[in-house]
Amino acid sequence: MKIITLREAINQALMREMEEDDKVILLGEDIGLHGGAMQVTVNLFNKFGADRVIDTPLSEYALIGAGIGSAFMGIKPVVEIMFTDFITLIADQLINNAAKACYTTEGEQTCPLVVRTMYGAGSRSGPHHSQSLEGLFMGIPGIKMVAPSNPADAYGLLRSAIRDPNPVIYFEHKRLYGIRGPLSDNEDLIPLEKAKVIREGSDLTLITYGAMVQKSIDAAKELENYGISVEIIDLRTIKPFDKETIITSLKKTGRVILVQEACKQGGASPEIAAMISEEGIEYLDAPIGFVSAPDTPVPFSPTLEDYFIPKIEDIIETAKYLTVSKY
Amino acid sequence: MKLTKKQLMEMYRWLVLIRETEVKMVEYHQHSPICELPHSSIGQEAISVGCVYPLRKDDLILPSLRTRGAFLIKGISSRIMMAGAFGKDTGAAHGKCTSHHMSDRTCGVIVGTGVVAGHVPIAVGTSLATKLMGKDSVSVVFFGDGACNRGDVHESMNMAAVFNLPVIFVIENNGYAITVPASYHSKVKDLAVRAEGYGIPGEIVDGNDLIAVYNVMQTAIERARKGEGPTVVECKTYRFRRHSEREPHDLRPEEEVKYQMEHNDPVKRYSAYLLDNGFAKREQLEEMNASVKEEVMDAIKYAEDSPFPDPRIYALTNVYAEVKA
Repeated sequence: MKIITLREAINQALMREMEEDDKVILLGEDIGLHGGAMQVTVNLFNKFGADRVIDTPLSEYALIGAGIGSAFMGIKPVVEIMFTDFITLIADQLINNAAKACYTTEGEQTCPLVVRTMYGAGSRSGPHHSQSLEGLFMGIPGIKMVAPSNPADAYGLLRSAIRDPNPVIYFEHKRLYGIRGPLSDNEDLIPLEKAKVIREGSDLTLITYGAMVQKSIDAAKELENYGISVEIIDLRTIKPFDKETIITSLKKTGRVILVQEACKQGGASPEIAAMISEEGIEYLDAPIGFVSAPDTPVPFSPTLEDYFIPKIEDIIETAKYLTVSKY
Repeated sequence: MKLTKKQLMEMYRWLVLIRETEVKMVEYHQHSPICELPHSSIGQEAISVGCVYPLRKDDLILPSLRTRGAFLIKGISSRIMMAGAFGKDTGAAHGKCTSHHMSDRTCGVIVGTGVVAGHVPIAVGTSLATKLMGKDSVSVVFFGDGACNRGDVHESMNMAAVFNLPVIFVIENNGYAITVPASYHSKVKDLAVRAEGYGIPGEIVDGNDLIAVYNVMQTAIERARKGEGPTVVECKTYRFRRHSEREPHDLRPEEEVKYQMEHNDPVKRYSAYLLDNGFAKREQLEEMNASVKEEVMDAIKYAEDSPFPDPRIYALTNVYAEVKA
């Protein structure tokens, strides 16, 4: 076992998959010698060369087209879209080409593509470099979305994403690149579409992903002081999300808070809430709780941005409100 | 490469097969429940034949919605094409996709999109892949003059040029983006001149002269196969019908349409070429016309007799590809 950062975990997952399968290539802007805007692809250019670590012109349409078209041919491209905010530029290609190919060819044409992209607020980067846009793709059948919360998950989920025959958007939270955690020597793959119960509890379930996982853990520890026992589900895969793990937990706790850094409307949480309303309402003893960012763009100034990002206290307050009968 | 008589006649057969297919699709759309809205390529057929006939089976095509013939020549049967247009179970992907965006990987037809020019970046990818795999296959992507003003086309031409990819960009310039004349949407008269801005050759050819298109494509294909990079081929053409069969009116000058149909019909022009040069006798052409009519009627009967797909079986399948353990 070794202790590595999430950035290193992604780098090592890429390296491992590239060593194992020469069909795995990287495409992106400044990912070569420079090692990427977030330094995730460092050393890979020197190791694998310009044919497999491909610096492209600043052309997101053509960049993603190169990814999708080569994936159609059996290459396994990992495309880096520098900031999630730029994912709007590749939305047409993802939605109308990548996500539909399998269905419109009755399975003949698969698209084993991974789009890696840096998302999230907290770096004082302003409204166009800080968003959480996973909600844009919640309603797109054919797309998978993954968001790791720690180095081991980042490693195992990325390797699975590269091996998956479907287009996968892999969200890397910019505040998580430097966090450290253990990676086992077994180099375990982590299956997509399976959530993980990372903390057992009996009174309340927090369902979350990405950078909100650590905040949920911190909130759960604090809530112990109030006698509230909190279970936490790390979704890992946002779409398609793992219904079974969610419902199983609800049966146990009867209360749920959906925690996301994205704006309140249109993200992953509302879709999960809709599923719970339809398939798990009878297990609930309280209304579904939400902790999200407000429905505004991500502001720049530190005081405004800090106000925007959901806080541990928000989770604690919501948890106390939902369990008011208990304490 | 000199074409043999047999090849010249094969090309004639493709040309009239496309014409007959399109004419019948328009006709059946008017009086029968054919599902697909025809965007007919009548008047533009020589581009499909001239561009796809010289290709190999392992070459790849990414047709536009007005490249009907490309599908047929690359290897999709009239029956499957027609059944697809009828939305039948026997069409492409059990009716999940319209016939003009359908695919068949076994003969190198890449799945399309309804977003004009949205398939052009995909050709960058298919040609990048064949290059990385060390194959000498060529990708040919078709799109119109309207599509040329989409950013996808600019980015794709530039990236393909920078990476020296084996791809040919075929512009089917019929002078109109639905109803808007080319003079309103592009300052330049010839769109192929844009190639110079990417550092690649841009060829302009009379798209209704089948032999001329074939010859230009031969050169472009050879360049691509030898690893000399992409070519832009602008085929000047004219569509004889409206953008689609649902347009309420045709804003093009009536006399212009009439003139083009009389003097610039690629089928008439190629027939005259074959007859004048003694490559074929009139009876031979008529015989071929009759066999083509038979093929298209057979395809229509096949489509009509085929059942619609059963939603209980197909509606929900293959949204995601299965993950193999």
